[in-house]
Order: sequence, then structure tokens, then C-alpha cells
Amino acid sequence: MLAPALSVVLLLFGSGLLLAVLQSFGYLPFIGRTTLTLDAYRDLLGSRAFYQSLGISLWVAGVSTLLATLLGLAVALLLRRPFSGRRRALFLFQLNLPIPHLVGGVGILLLLGQSGLLARAAYAVGLIAQPADFPALIYDRFAIGIIAEYLWKETVFMALVLLGALRTIGDEWEQAAATLGASAWQRFRHVLLPLLRPSLRAASILIFAFSFGAFEIPYLLGQRFPSALPVVAYRRYTDVDLAARAEAMAIAVMLSLVSLVLIVIYGRWTTRAAV
Amino acid sequence: MSDFLRRVLIGALLVTLLMPLLPLLLWAFGSAWFFPDLLPPEWSLRAWRYVLTPQARVGQALINSILIGLLTTIFSLLVGLPAGRALALYDFRGKRLIELLLLAPTIVPLLAVAMGIHIAFLRYGLADTLLGVVFVHLVPTTPYTVLILAATFARYNVDFEAQARTLGASAWQSLRFVMWPLVRGGVAVAALFAFLISWSQYLLTLLIGGGRVMTLPVQLFAFATAGDHALTAALALLLVIPALLTLFVTARLLSGERDSAVSAVGHWG
Repeated sequence: MLAPALSVVLLLFGSGLLLAVLQSFGYLPFIGRTTLTLDAYRDLLGSRAFYQSLGISLWVAGVSTLLATLLGLAVALLLRRPFSGRRRALFLFQLNLPIPHLVGGVGILLLLGQSGLLARAAYAVGLIAQPADFPALIYDRFAIGIIAEYLWKETVFMALVLLGALRTIGDEWEQAAATLGASAWQRFRHVLLPLLRPSLRAASILIFAFSFGAFEIPYLLGQRFPSALPVVAYRRYTDVDLAARAEAMAIAVMLSLVSLVLIVIYGRWTTRAAV
Repeated sequence: MSDFLRRVLIGALLVTLLMPLLPLLLWAFGSAWFFPDLLPPEWSLRAWRYVLTPQARVGQALINSILIGLLTTIFSLLVGLPAGRALALYDFRGKRLIELLLLAPTIVPLLAVAMGIHIAFLRYGLADTLLGVVFVHLVPTTPYTVLILAATFARYNVDFEAQARTLGASAWQSLRFVMWPLVRGGVAVAALFAFLISWSQYLLTLLIGGGRVMTLPVQLFAFATAGDHALTAALALLLVIPALLTLFVTARLLSGERDSAVSAVGHWG
């Protein structure tokens, strides 16, 4: 009964990856190249631009994951207890989760750009006199626009995963700790946090993997140079020079290797405790 | 924490989350909105009227998006139903490995897969075709469909089928009249998410469709690059509609468990 799903994964996903690896080794029969070389990897690892792009990708993924995890945890604790209007607040809260990243990206562009809504608000209260006075939050070297878009969606994702976990955990552990004299901080630090750890780890791995390998948002909101690795790979792939394909594939393969490592870690971390 | 402080924080949180959607609404229904006006000086439906004209090519993109989404959903369910059932109800050797393999496409960047398989699609005539785009959309939808259906079947008691069989039901009847009513809510959710994941795809459609298969996200990107904010915003709002419908329907189908089900699928990109 698993055969259809496995064949989809193996035929489309597996062979896609395999063909990417082959092409990264210079196997490009459509331009008459069938010998396998490591040229693409050598060129890549010897170029400064590659490390700059890798740096951007790691920065975006690292900051997005860290902030989404911390904010998501805070939000989950905030929304955890019953209060009047909680159902409505929860519903509004998850509104942006099914919205495509592309839409969020365009929204961020029109919100944070130098003539965007925030810049107009800054002008209205007399903080700036012209668009150029507004700090560059889009196409900027710190990738603030990209990170903002990821936080917009991933904080909600993290909080919802944690709220689900909190519901399963229940109150008994903390009540027992309170009876034994634990302070609010001790209950959080030594009771709740260890219980939440499996969910925190699983969700943050997913966030890191996504923000490290995703293409659309850095393509839409990122600076021209250096770009995040997926954007560089795409540009090399669509280069008129077909020989650039090997390099595009090599970048894609390295991106995938990082995520394979993440899958192994994910597998280890979630073997015993479910998300 | 005082109730007042909690309310203020939650209010601030909700406002922040709605912020990126605000300029989309203003741009889509505003006109002649230049810096530094905080609000559009006048409201107009220009963007929407243009969207409806043939030269905007939005109609075709909309039809393609819906068609690709529906086909992707049907294929995902066909492969996801048996897999979800097997993973939830039976234990077997190598199950853990198969689970990880099925989940791998949610973690490995789709870019690598799409660039790699493009050459095979070119060879078999699937590149630049609608069917090719459907096939490549199955890469991100299948794992999520399997995941949701496995969760659905995990709450399903297979013994009911055995009881129906002892009472003389055929294999088909026990699936149709015993299993189906119990799992159809989960199947509906899986279908909605498969559709939504396909609906949101940009990169896969662009690479495999080669710019020939126009969908709403591809068209949205074209408008965004051309710098027409009003059109971009109108199209972005058009893309949001099924997403919100999905959330409403899911909330009804899974009232108790909706946050976990929705959060399982926060990552289609």
C-alpha cells in the first residue's frame, strides 16, 4: 500500500536529486559532455562569492530560526491559558499560516520599502522628509525584509506546534512542581522547557531547513549581490551559458547535503518523542 | 501576568501579523497613491478591471492554477490514502526509514529536485506542459498528504471493518460504509492542503513550466517585477482567497484539533 507514495517520492524526488548530482559532476549530455569531473565544485569552493552567499543564507536561516523560536515560545505561553475571546484570538492568529509566502513577500515589500506604508507613516509623524531617509529594510545587506517575512509566518508555525504540545503536556507537572515549592521561573526552566524540548527542536529544524533552501523570498526581497544561495543557483541555471549549469547543480547539491544532515538530526531527535 | 497586559500584548501581536496584508488591500482598491500619502486619495477598481481584461492574461493563469491544483490533489490523494492507512495501522520492518524517506521532500530544497529532474522532463516531453507541472507539484504535496492521512488513520479503529466483514459485508462495502464515513473529514483536510500547496508554488511551476504554463503565482511575480503595485496587490489578494477558505473549512472539520493540523502544513513555501 506504500508503493504508490514511495514511487512518487523515488521517481520524482529521488531521481531529481540523482540527476542534480550527476549534472553537478559535469554530466551534461545535451551539450555533449559525458565525462565526470569535480570542476564545478572546485570553482565554487575557490570563489569568494560562494562564501558570501553561503554567509547570507546561513545568516537568514539562523536569525529567522532563532527569533521565530523565541517569539513562538513567548506567544504560545501568552495564548496558552484560557481567557475570554481566546478562540477568536487563536483563529485570527493563524490567519496568515495558509497564505502563500509569495503574498507575504509582496506585503512586506509594500510595507517596509522606502516608499512603503511604514515610510509614509514615518513621514506623517515627521520622522523623515523623503523616501531615501527611511532605513533600507528591503534589498538590504542585513536581509531584514527576508527575515521579517519568515518571522511573519514561522513564528505562528512555532507557536501552534508548541500550543499543541502544551495541551498534551497538561498542567499536572507544573502543579506538582508548585506544590514542591518551585517558583514560576523554576517551573518554566526546569519543568516546562524540558517537556517542550522535542517540539522546539523538531519545529526549529523545519524552519531552518525551509529558510535556508527557499528561493522566492530572497529572490523578491534580497539584495542583488551577494544573493542567497538558492537565488545564485537559479541565476546560474538560467544563464545562457549552458556550462554554468554544472555550477548551479553543485550549489543545489550542497544545499541538499545540508538539509540531509538536518533530516538525520531530525530523525534522531524525534525517534522517541513525537512532534 | 495581569489580564490587561495580556490583552494589550495579544492585540499588538494580531495587529503586527495583519500588517503585511494592509498595504495589499490599500493598493488593490486605491488609486493615484503616491508618497507621502498615508491613504490613497481616492478608491478605484482600476486594478480589478484590468485584471479582468484578456491582455492581463489573469483568466488563463487562474484556470491553469485551478486545474493544476485539482489534478495535483487527486493524484496526491490516490497515493496518499493507501500510504497513510498503511503507516498508521500496521507495523513493519523499516517503517521508520520509509517515514523519513516520505518526509525528506519537505526538508530538501525543491530547487535541487526541480533543476535536476528538468532534464528528464525535457526528454519525456513533460517540460513546458501542464501535466509536467502537476507531476513536479506532487513532490511537495505527497509528504503532507501522507502525513495528514496517517494522522487521520491513527485515530481510526480498523476492527470496525472486521466486524462489518463478519456481518457479511464485502471488502468494498466495509471500506465504503465503515471506513469512509470515519475518515472523510481527514481526507477533506488532506485534499485542501494538497490544493493549497500546489496553488502556492512558484519556483517549481517556473522551472518545469518554462514560463509557458502561466499560473497566478507566476503572473504575480511578473507584475511585481514590472513594478505595478496595484496589479500586484490585486493578484496577491486573489491568491489569498482559497487560503482563507481552507482555514475556515478546516476549522469546521477539525474544530478540536485544528491548530495541530494546520501547523503540520506551515511549510509549503
